[in-house]
Amino acid sequence: MIESAGLPPVVQATALVGVVFVQAVVLYAGYGVLERLVSPLIDRVANTSA
Amino acid sequence: MELLGLSPALLALFVSFGFMVGVLFGFFGMGGSFLITPTLLILGYPAPVAIGSGLAFYFGTSVIAVLKHYDVGQVDYKLGAVLFVVLSIGIELGSRLVFGLEALGVAELVTGVAYVVLLAGIGLLFLRRAYRLEEVTDDDDDGVSDEEIPPIARKIQSYEVAPMLSLSSGGRASLWTILGSGGGVGLVSGLIGVGGGFIRMPAIYYLIGTPLTAAVGTSLFAGLFSGAFGTFTYGMSGGVDLTVVSLLLVGSALGARIGSAATAIVEEDDVIIYFGIMMLLASAGIGLSELGNWLGVGSLDALSVVLLVGSSFAVASIILYQVLASSGRAETTARPTSDGDDRR
Repeated sequence: MIESAGLPPVVQATALVGVVFVQAVVLYAGYGVLERLVSPLIDRVANTSA
Repeated sequence: MELLGLSPALLALFVSFGFMVGVLFGFFGMGGSFLITPTLLILGYPAPVAIGSGLAFYFGTSVIAVLKHYDVGQVDYKLGAVLFVVLSIGIELGSRLVFGLEALGVAELVTGVAYVVLLAGIGLLFLRRAYRLEEVTDDDDDGVSDEEIPPIARKIQSYEVAPMLSLSSGGRASLWTILGSGGGVGLVSGLIGVGGGFIRMPAIYYLIGTPLTAAVGTSLFAGLFSGAFGTFTYGMSGGVDLTVVSLLLVGSALGARIGSAATAIVEEDDVIIYFGIMMLLASAGIGLSELGNWLGVGSLDALSVVLLVGSSFAVASIILYQVLASSGRAETTARPTSDGDDRR
């Protein structure tokens, strides 16, 4: 659970939903950027070894 | 040594299990929360935490799915909004039932038995689909297009019990049908911690009666909000382990990308039978865990983890292997000839 034991449960639960939401968006965008950076590199390595 | 309150082995297990679940469900197009909750139960998490964390994981994967398909096809927003309210009521009732069962000391047993039945049912459906795929030829196509409403839904819609709700597809559905099907799906979601997409979408299509494309979009729309509500409900009582959910999401977001990319390379028909078998093994694993608890044999828990986690690892590995094998074959055939042309 979020380290916010002093806050009311409603605030904790809302923060939890927000954290999961933001985390999902960041992961989606982060892996998207990673994919765009890595794909050309993999293609180059594959072409070099072929 | 512990990181984020977990042993390194457990930490690696959650990230890698999330990755494998992501590969599977990116490939087969499902949320995957129905493998997370039983695994957490077998690992000894209390039922409310396992269910709440399963729902939070489902919410995270729903956000990613909506981002991926931000044009969620046709969405019946009015139906989606009504469904969200009804699903939320069902989830709330389901969660209260779980806490009531917890007080009676039978929450783990009821949830475990529900999962044995649910996973075995899904497994048998997939095996039946695999069996039919072998028999069906193009001539056997039932000719139902994505824009048509199935006959059973038309029959249900013909019983006009007021109040009626107009659907964006032009039809009308009784509010009682929506309340019954949405409330039932929500209750199952809240009770056992699944997103319920695999029953919500068929319920919208077959019971409420919208075209398939609208059913998929509306299911996704309603599922996102009901997932948020389920996370909120269990979060209110501290029933979500954010560390576990975060680790699972880290693995699953990457796995889902690879899984959905694999659909362009690997035929679903080639691996669907393994998926059906995996579900049956997962069901057997949970059954063994319940039996172990009943008999007081702790070693059965280890076997059930192997069955549940191992079978999903095995099927995800088959998909990844087929991707690598297909890439290898494609590279061999695409290698240029002496005159510079590709042989492809």
